[in-house]
Amino acid sequence: MMQFMLLFSRQGKLRLQKWYVAHPDKLKKKITRELITTVLARKPKMCSFLEWKDVKVVYKRYASLYFCCAMEQEDNELLTLELIHRYVELLDKYFGSVCELDIIFNFEKAYFILDELVLGGELQETSKKNVLKAIAAQDLLQEDLNDGLLH
Amino acid sequence: MAYPMYEVDWSVLPPEQNRRFNPAFNIATIKQVVNEAIERVRMPTPTRLRDLIRQIRAARTAAEERSVVNKECAYIRSTFREEDSVWRCRNIAKLLYIHMLGYPAHFGQLECLKLIASPRFTDKRVGYLGAMLLLDERQDVHLLITNCLKNDLNSNTQFVVGLALCTLGAIASPEMARDLASEVERLIKSPNAYIKKKAALCAFRIIRRVPDLMEMFLPATRSLLTEKNHGVLITGVTLITEMCENSPDTLNHFKKIVPNLVRILKNLILAGYSPEHDVSGVSDPFLQVKILRLLRILGKNDAEASEAMNDILAQVATNTETSKNVGNTILYETVLSIMDIKSESSLRVLAVNILGRFLLNNDKNIRYVALNTLLRTVHVDTSAVQRHRTTILECLKDPDISIRRRAMELSFALVNGQNIRGMMKELLAFLERSDAEFKAHCSSAVVLAAERYAPSDKWHLDTLFKVLLKAGNYLRDDTVSSTIQIISSAATERQAYGAMRLWTSLEQSAVSGLATEKQPLIQVAAWTIGEYGDLLVSEASSAISMVDEDGVDDFVRPTEEYVIDIYQKLLWSTQLSISTKEFLLLSLAKLSTRFTTQASQEKIRVIIDTFGSHIHIELQQRGVELSQLFRQYGHLRPALLERMPAMEPVAAPHRDEQELDLSDTSPDHTKPDQDALLDLINGSDSLTNGDVEHQPEQIATTNNNTSSNDILDLLSGLDLTPSVPAAAPAVLLANNNVEPSAAPAALLLDGLFAPPATPQPPHPADANERNAAGAEWERAVLERGGVRVCVSARRAAGAAATLTARATSQLHTLTDFLFQAAVPKKIQLDMMSPSGTTLSPQGEITQVLKVTNPTKTPLRLRIRVSYNIDGTPVLEQTEINNFPADLFN
Repeated sequence: MMQFMLLFSRQGKLRLQKWYVAHPDKLKKKITRELITTVLARKPKMCSFLEWKDVKVVYKRYASLYFCCAMEQEDNELLTLELIHRYVELLDKYFGSVCELDIIFNFEKAYFILDELVLGGELQETSKKNVLKAIAAQDLLQEDLNDGLLH
Repeated sequence: MAYPMYEVDWSVLPPEQNRRFNPAFNIATIKQVVNEAIERVRMPTPTRLRDLIRQIRAARTAAEERSVVNKECAYIRSTFREEDSVWRCRNIAKLLYIHMLGYPAHFGQLECLKLIASPRFTDKRVGYLGAMLLLDERQDVHLLITNCLKNDLNSNTQFVVGLALCTLGAIASPEMARDLASEVERLIKSPNAYIKKKAALCAFRIIRRVPDLMEMFLPATRSLLTEKNHGVLITGVTLITEMCENSPDTLNHFKKIVPNLVRILKNLILAGYSPEHDVSGVSDPFLQVKILRLLRILGKNDAEASEAMNDILAQVATNTETSKNVGNTILYETVLSIMDIKSESSLRVLAVNILGRFLLNNDKNIRYVALNTLLRTVHVDTSAVQRHRTTILECLKDPDISIRRRAMELSFALVNGQNIRGMMKELLAFLERSDAEFKAHCSSAVVLAAERYAPSDKWHLDTLFKVLLKAGNYLRDDTVSSTIQIISSAATERQAYGAMRLWTSLEQSAVSGLATEKQPLIQVAAWTIGEYGDLLVSEASSAISMVDEDGVDDFVRPTEEYVIDIYQKLLWSTQLSISTKEFLLLSLAKLSTRFTTQASQEKIRVIIDTFGSHIHIELQQRGVELSQLFRQYGHLRPALLERMPAMEPVAAPHRDEQELDLSDTSPDHTKPDQDALLDLINGSDSLTNGDVEHQPEQIATTNNNTSSNDILDLLSGLDLTPSVPAAAPAVLLANNNVEPSAAPAALLLDGLFAPPATPQPPHPADANERNAAGAEWERAVLERGGVRVCVSARRAAGAAATLTARATSQLHTLTDFLFQAAVPKKIQLDMMSPSGTTLSPQGEITQVLKVTNPTKTPLRLRIRVSYNIDGTPVLEQTEINNFPADLFN
């Protein structure tokens, strides 16, 4: 099970955080800060896995963004890389060649997409098409009733 | 009338001509539209989300950013006072962005709940997002959100149900899980695949939080595997996996689905290309991996189930395309399953070969996974893994810490009697250059391996000396005592050899100023030279070869004066710890009876005298006492400072300190007597030198265990027949505060040499602790398969805390229950005896840990629990780092 997922930039700015375990806010901040520092300190040629405290961190860099998942010991690290890649593909499809700015300005959409892919720390849908369909349908429901209230 | 009467016009116009008339409008929606219109006029439109993000990004300094954020937060707070704001969702969205930047945003929690309760979908979507990000496990808020969730789980819109399920899955507390389990169970049975899959994962999380709730989901779960939809299949498999790991009964219940799983897997690999689930030519790797993992759990220790999956595993292992990461993902999972179930031997060969290929792969990730898996399979087939030894040792030099860590653990698993010399050479080289975080673990693993497989005594001692030299202060404390024990029981020429080797290291460290970094080495060297100093300076030991493995003999026999000069340098150094100096001081006193020249005697006396005014009370005490042996009690000196008899190793019932090691062979303490002493020391947390007077039964306690070694040294040098003249100075030496009299002397010896047979009774210090205790802190730290470990923490007097671990088992009887714990170096941990090693259902094992934390660093506790369920060994490990911050105040 995934314990949490973080997206952050090369400068160490947090872009998205999704927690599937209950921690006090203070601890979350501490973990985030320490993990970002640790991951950013690693060289590009190193492997994507990091044993960190009692979790196994799987991370991958896409352009300027790091995607970083904390998994439990018995989870398949290589599959987690596939999961990260799947999420990136979905973001890319949704935004149309996604970049960091898309995720900054539409962070809520990035969360919505993640919530259609992963639930409670486990993968819920293996079809890209189904995820995008669900997002599109909900966007439509949102636009129909109240356009402009959010943005 | 000045204004045209539009209302009148409306009513007369037929509906089809009136563009403003819409029959879909009911009174409620009209009201809502009117309210919103009024609102928009009355309240100025708030900053748009993207404008705020732009403003924040434009801020050039942190202070500027803070001022933008503070202004916006103040505004957002002010809008929250409005009863029914249409802009609420926009304001919350902005708040969520601000929260991500690290600013406090908890004041938006209740607003999120208001959004969730709103009928608008936008509001709900943002409200639930906010709830997932902002809500903590606070009771009051959780009650409110439980009601909202309950409503939405019954909604007619699938996406509203979806949002509620998603939120429940992310933040379910045990109370929420209990309250909403039946709703989730109903939704698993929904015909709608979108809701079904989400409900299945919700059930998974509910069972994780509250394992008792599993039963109710069982009937609905099995049918999930008959679905075609991959989302439902994968969530179903995830749910079943969790259930099987939860209880062996459920595991048996699900044994019958093995054929179903095999069929699904077969369809996946045999079916042609399906664009929807294809990943680089592999059909739904996510589902494949989940099924492989469930098969592994179902086939473990079950010949029949294993038999049913042999074929499919072989098919997956041979048919999977390995040029891409995704193929290797599946192979990796397949290998794990093959190794865990009772698979055919040909299949195991296939699996080990796959790992061999992995190990040579160019991709670092694959190599990492290979090392990881080899470690898990090394117990199954050691010889197969041994073949890759050279490659594995090569990985010790990898620049990547993750690879090095894996390689280190695997290397230690591969050490045996045949390869110990070669392996140790590599591992000692690794120890020397390794990162600080590896040194403690690596050095104790080297010590253990050397102990188990040492080809000769000399080699064993040499290895220990190298570890002392290379691990420096990272060495576990017990290595000092175990090394001393080995030297003390060795043959005389070995002891001389030890003294000579250690002298070289001691002298080099002292001269190069590195002694502070290598205190365990100094301690062992001081002890050895003190005991066998006569052999060190005597020409008689020239016959002993000092040629090392590289063919170099760098030993120069020192003069007595030079040895004392080095001692003086170390003793007068301000950097060495008190306990190291205690070793040195006592050793120096012993040297006075080993060395023969008058000049060295005099030098020793002068150095010892200087300690008579040492600022540290313990050292001062020793200085004064030892000085007496040069004056008034000079005739007693040779008898008191005689050579130690050989010590006997003993496996201690409890482990105290630092890194954990699973091996059961390491002697934690050198002497049974010391255990008795340690128990006493453990029982006297609050004991300082001044308190001893009131507790004469606890005499001979000091604040640290290393010094107790020395006391023992002194005492065991005595003839143990209780003769009064000998006992009197013993009291003088051993105890700082008790008046020297014959009566406590007899007591002292009783207490020291008759170790208590029963576990330690409650300590007198407990009463104080109970008074000083604040609110008790308690958390469940491990919960797996009905076995639960709770740790509670209570403040104790003086920068200390008492932790109590309670283990309970719901269903099974656990045997060989062993609880181990480790804390950071700056903190001292004393473990009491556990209440038992066998845990029956409804029973409980408690283990008390005392933590002393003089520096008040945040407490981190790593615990490891091992036990047997029906003969299957289980090992669980976790780390607790959320202790209350004020635990040591």
